[in-house]
Amino acid sequence: MVDARGLSCPVPVIMTQKAMKSNEDYYEVLVDSATPCENVTRYAESQGYKVDVERKGEDYLLKISK
Amino acid sequence: MTEKKNDKLFIIIAGLVIGVIAAALAFAGNPKNMGFCIACFLRDTAGGLGLHRAAPVQYIRPEIIGIVIGAFCASFAKKEFSSKGGSAPMTRFVLGFFAMVGCLMFLGCPFRMILRLAGGDLNAVFGLVGFVVGIFCGIFFLKNGYSLKRTYTLTKSEGYWMTILEVVIFALLLIKPAFIFFSEEGAGPGAMHAAIALSLGAGLVVGVLAQRTRLCMVGGMRDLVLFKESRLLLGFLAILVAAFITNLVLGGFKLGMMEQPVAHTDGLWNALGMLLVGFACVLLGGCPLRQLVMSGEGNADSAVTVLGLMVGAAFCHNFGLASSAEGPTPAGKIAVIIGIIVVACIGILNTYVKEKAAEAAADAA
Repeated sequence: MVDARGLSCPVPVIMTQKAMKSNEDYYEVLVDSATPCENVTRYAESQGYKVDVERKGEDYLLKISK
Repeated sequence: MTEKKNDKLFIIIAGLVIGVIAAALAFAGNPKNMGFCIACFLRDTAGGLGLHRAAPVQYIRPEIIGIVIGAFCASFAKKEFSSKGGSAPMTRFVLGFFAMVGCLMFLGCPFRMILRLAGGDLNAVFGLVGFVVGIFCGIFFLKNGYSLKRTYTLTKSEGYWMTILEVVIFALLLIKPAFIFFSEEGAGPGAMHAAIALSLGAGLVVGVLAQRTRLCMVGGMRDLVLFKESRLLLGFLAILVAAFITNLVLGGFKLGMMEQPVAHTDGLWNALGMLLVGFACVLLGGCPLRQLVMSGEGNADSAVTVLGLMVGAAFCHNFGLASSAEGPTPAGKIAVIIGIIVVACIGILNTYVKEKAAEAAADAA
């Protein structure tokens, strides 16, 4: 679980990138605006993951899986 | 996969449109290779408001107003507008201030650097080299954990201020009260401008497109290096290609280093100026254009950054830091060196010192 709420790009993507070094099949990333949501999604997909986005009020929960 | 392709296609089309508009504006009355320049236009606007008294560069630029209002409308329509802020505002102000010092050493923001390249100004190649080095300096800190802490959701009204400010400034442009300064005909770049409606319209289109695509001049190189992500860089290149072709068609292309419009030939300081800009903008998370767009989206931190840019511009002209066609000034060189040192300190403080504090807090807990 990566909590990147309030952080502006590219920091949320870097956090995701670092988390993904552990090479697990499932990650959750929480962000709070559209730009990091798009950027993290784009990065995860480029790494061969699938991304489901869930709106949680102001926040976006990204469910990233192999 | 198709969505990804559309994504890239969209930013390429947006870049092409922006490139054509930017090159064409120079033929509609704006200074040469300056259809758009966020740094120059914020500087002119600061002059128009009398924050500095450099007579050649005073005009309220409707392009700036258009970009902010365009970004505001686009973010509002897409429900992306949100009042946020509280992430190191003073640090951002200082970064904005010194980014402007670098821009006015080079005589252009990263956007105008592209337009200068597209116009055949080879001095901008030195700028580009410095810019890339500066971006790598910023990336070094990002890779090692640089971050300016998080923003918080603020009261709704907070996010409207920048847009309201632009509307007020636009009213001042139309009413032309006596306390607003406009460069007199022939006085310099400030006197050269397209018709108000044209400038405003161009700004609105660029504002909307930049908001939708998240276009950013530093983001392109940064994301390519960090994530092998080429999307933003494609936007950058599309602007370059479109502006180049438009210049060729309209006869605005002139290859060389000498006698380029609103430019000087000091390669070293062109490079160091843009190094400062690239470095500061990576630590800010976006180029001056992107800061303007985000200020329209309700980001109070970006609004503070824009104010930093404007105050920086005022300082540059009040204290003789800005270059001219004759070249850089001694005071400007000192300011750029100080800027690089200050930005490096900000990088260190928010990468290493911060982590120690966080570790101490974690230990205590």
